[in-house]
Amino acid sequence: MNEIFDVIIIGAGPAGLSAGLYAGRARLKTLIIEREKSGGQIALTSEVENYPGCLEGESGPTLIDRMEHQAVHFGAEKVLDDILEVDFSGKEKVLKGKKGEYRGKSVIIATGAASKPIGCIGEKTFTGKGVSYCATCDAAFFEDLEVFVVGGGDTAVEEAMYLTKFARKVTLIHRRDELRAAKSIQEKAFANPKMNFMWDSVVREIKGEGLVNSMVVENIKTKEITEIVADEDDGTFGIFGFIGYAPKTQIFEGIINLENGYIVTDEDMKTNVDGVYAAGDVRVKSLRQVVTAAADGAIAAVQAEKYLEH
Amino acid sequence: MLLVDKETFEPEILKGEGYILVDFFGDGCAPCEALMPHIVSLSEKYEDKIKFAKLNTTKARRVAIGQQILGLPVIAIYKDGAKVEELVKEDATPENVEAMIQKYI
Repeated sequence: MNEIFDVIIIGAGPAGLSAGLYAGRARLKTLIIEREKSGGQIALTSEVENYPGCLEGESGPTLIDRMEHQAVHFGAEKVLDDILEVDFSGKEKVLKGKKGEYRGKSVIIATGAASKPIGCIGEKTFTGKGVSYCATCDAAFFEDLEVFVVGGGDTAVEEAMYLTKFARKVTLIHRRDELRAAKSIQEKAFANPKMNFMWDSVVREIKGEGLVNSMVVENIKTKEITEIVADEDDGTFGIFGFIGYAPKTQIFEGIINLENGYIVTDEDMKTNVDGVYAAGDVRVKSLRQVVTAAADGAIAAVQAEKYLEH
Repeated sequence: MLLVDKETFEPEILKGEGYILVDFFGDGCAPCEALMPHIVSLSEKYEDKIKFAKLNTTKARRVAIGQQILGLPVIAIYKDGAKVEELVKEDATPENVEAMIQKYI
């Protein structure tokens, strides 16, 4: 790529797409680089209810589809590539991807986060064999079977509710004795007859032959160990992990200031490097939602525009 | 790429000869949708060396479970009807899939 962009945005989730929209409308030559598919985490969600102005029956993909069309309509360009290395030392920022090299006068990092593993023995072995982190991908396999969901926040409870449409029984395993999820979601969960709860519990080991067949759960208060074995007729059960996300910032280590892996910025989305901004879940922040990611993207794009005017 | 279903999976894949790559995907599986164009590209690149097929597991759940598939996406290589290798979920990157193909051609 010989062209030099005004702003390069890494990531096409809500933060990146919002930044692309604002940068496009500011008539900046804008490139969004996406590794896999637009939408990031929200693309895996079948139901979005809390994005202000979202439609009834909205899903992650439908919302992201409109966001992407909007950004592209206002001039943002998009490529599929995986950035492996960055060089922010010069006035021109260089990003080296698997497919090519990209140069920009400013950069907005919107790489988001990836699902954290449950952290138990056998997790990797049984991924795709009963263990999953994507309910929309794999719920259908567990129709009329039993499913366990690990976690206690919004995502865990919402995905557990989604799974009740398929599984005959869904059990939420949470390490505390109360959920972190929003009250309205909790109410729905407690009222759902297919929902069950195991409190103060963590999964220690997942076992089976080929597919998952049993797991060991420990009550961290009483230290009691429970072995959960698949129903004989079922033969297997599902375990979905929704315990949070880890920021994708490995390539920025040593270059951008990080705190526990998250990018440190000020209120204007500025990082420690001039001309480099961060937006969305990848940042140090108190609330990680689509709406806050979109807000960050807009702020970062406007700040990049101001920076370029100098 | 040959689209197989719950009726044709056995005759085409399990009773198939030689090497066949099977892309197991499903409705509403965003990572599957993201991966598919890459598999299509690979099928164009290697179609004279290895057969490419895809199965929508949402409509063929029992077939998938019978193949020890309980999560998507999965890209598997079958030889004379037996699954010899597979890449599951995060491991199923275009690069890893191509490297796997090259082992068998």
